[in-house]
Amino acid sequence: MEKAIKRYWPIFLIPTMAAFLIGFIVPFAMGLWLSLCEFTTVTDAVFVGLKNYIRAFQDPVFLHAFWYTALFALVSLFIINIFAFAIALALTQNVPGTNLFRTVFFLPNLIGGIVLGYIWQLIFNGVLAKYNAALALNEWYGFWGLIISVSWQQIGYMMIIYIAGLQSIPEDLQEAARIDGANARQRLFHVTIPMMMPSITICTFLTITNGFKLFDQNLSLTAGEPSKMSEMLALNIYNTFYGRVGWEGVGQAKAVVFFVLVVAIGMIQLRLTRTREVQQ
Amino acid sequence: MKASKKRKTFNGISTVILALLGFAYIIPILVVLINSFKKKAFISLQPFNLPTAKNFIGLENYRVAIDQYGFLKAVGWTFFITIGSVFLILLCTSMCAWFITRVKKKVTQAIYFLCVFSMVVPFQMVMFTLSLVADRLKLNTPWGIIIVYLGFGAGLAVFMFSGFVKSIPIEIEEAALIDGSSPLKMFFSVVLPIMKPTYISVGILETMWIWNDFLLPYLVLDINKYKTIPIIIQYMKGSYGRVDMGAIMAALIMAVIPVIIFYLSSQKYIIKGVAAGAVKG
Repeated sequence: MEKAIKRYWPIFLIPTMAAFLIGFIVPFAMGLWLSLCEFTTVTDAVFVGLKNYIRAFQDPVFLHAFWYTALFALVSLFIINIFAFAIALALTQNVPGTNLFRTVFFLPNLIGGIVLGYIWQLIFNGVLAKYNAALALNEWYGFWGLIISVSWQQIGYMMIIYIAGLQSIPEDLQEAARIDGANARQRLFHVTIPMMMPSITICTFLTITNGFKLFDQNLSLTAGEPSKMSEMLALNIYNTFYGRVGWEGVGQAKAVVFFVLVVAIGMIQLRLTRTREVQQ
Repeated sequence: MKASKKRKTFNGISTVILALLGFAYIIPILVVLINSFKKKAFISLQPFNLPTAKNFIGLENYRVAIDQYGFLKAVGWTFFITIGSVFLILLCTSMCAWFITRVKKKVTQAIYFLCVFSMVVPFQMVMFTLSLVADRLKLNTPWGIIIVYLGFGAGLAVFMFSGFVKSIPIEIEEAALIDGSSPLKMFFSVVLPIMKPTYISVGILETMWIWNDFLLPYLVLDINKYKTIPIIIQYMKGSYGRVDMGAIMAALIMAVIPVIIFYLSSQKYIIKGVAAGAVKG
């Protein structure tokens, strides 16, 4: 069959590949190269070696964004997954109104980051105004504001994945544990959670990488206020490119560091949880 | 007997907790809805109070958002870009994925690897250079950006389609080819109908992404001429000069309405799509 279809390759491959070249491969390769150059537009790029990387790591705002983002990703990882898992467990116990609850919890996921950030900005500033405070006054208000709004958005998504995982656990496994005298807690920790490791792998992977890549909510909810103290990595890179003339190369170097970081964390995370998956 | 009674109280308690949490979940949207009917000066001060006779202005905020900011035009462009991109992504990437799965060559395997690789690359990595390339190729229109979306969204789509193609028995396709149809015709009459569930899943995931995407269209489009919903909201809030909180509230509600309609009308497929997309981890 291969022979018969092989000569049709232009029709099947060219449209996607041409767009993929424009939309990904060329920008990616150019990005790698430009991180080693000084430039304002591409035509005036001059090779400067690792200078941009050195400048990136000397930028205190970038270093602040670095650990602020890491902390955010870690806290959101735990909060989102614990809530999502608990809700998924509750919704698979035949409680009345399961479908309605599932609908409500998933809804915020479809609302985009910009819209979502401004919705929550109104709420947080309304609450904080009672105490004569505002989101833009303290980086930790912004931090917890981001945690709450991102949790609001992502818990429903992870819940769906956990529900699918819970429904695929064979009923007789739970039954066998029950007959052997295991109580509800023992069943949770020794049957349900080990069987759920594939879902947990996916959800923790998604939440931690989403946490590192967060941009829209950061821009709309706090925009980095007060004075860039709540600026996360993605927003910092954006502001380096478009906010400071002469720093384009540094912005690109930061973007490469960011890319390597996200890939490395994703890999480490996958390795950590994959080893705990049990064979069925 | 005792166990089932215990079970009942447990279920009762979880229902109450879930109900409270569920209510808390929709409060933010309700607060914005309430404020969209107030005069703009009263919004930031007391967002949690219901409109009173003094500050209620009916649909005036909606009128301002539509007339002065051109909100409906942004809705139109968002629809156009989302539908166009998703259609093109589904058509082109399913063909590409089927081809690279069926023709095992070094080149096709390299394509597959590149697609998977592109899924983990954060947008900031290509943000600057992609907007340069798009600008150079005059892709800064709603028509052009569709091609950019096909390129940047190809990774996930090719990955998901390839996964499904592997599960289709090759005999069905061979039989059709022996019967004399060309590979192209065979693809549309045999492979495409089998892959319908995957088309829906991929379509849902790509729609959710493109509809809400902010940064890519913001950098690629000529935003003096074309704005999408996220861009116009950011523009209303972030543009210099006076910020009209009333119009923003109305715009937020108008941005959420199409999403809720889409969600309620195709919830079953959305939930399935999300569960299917999760396998990509």
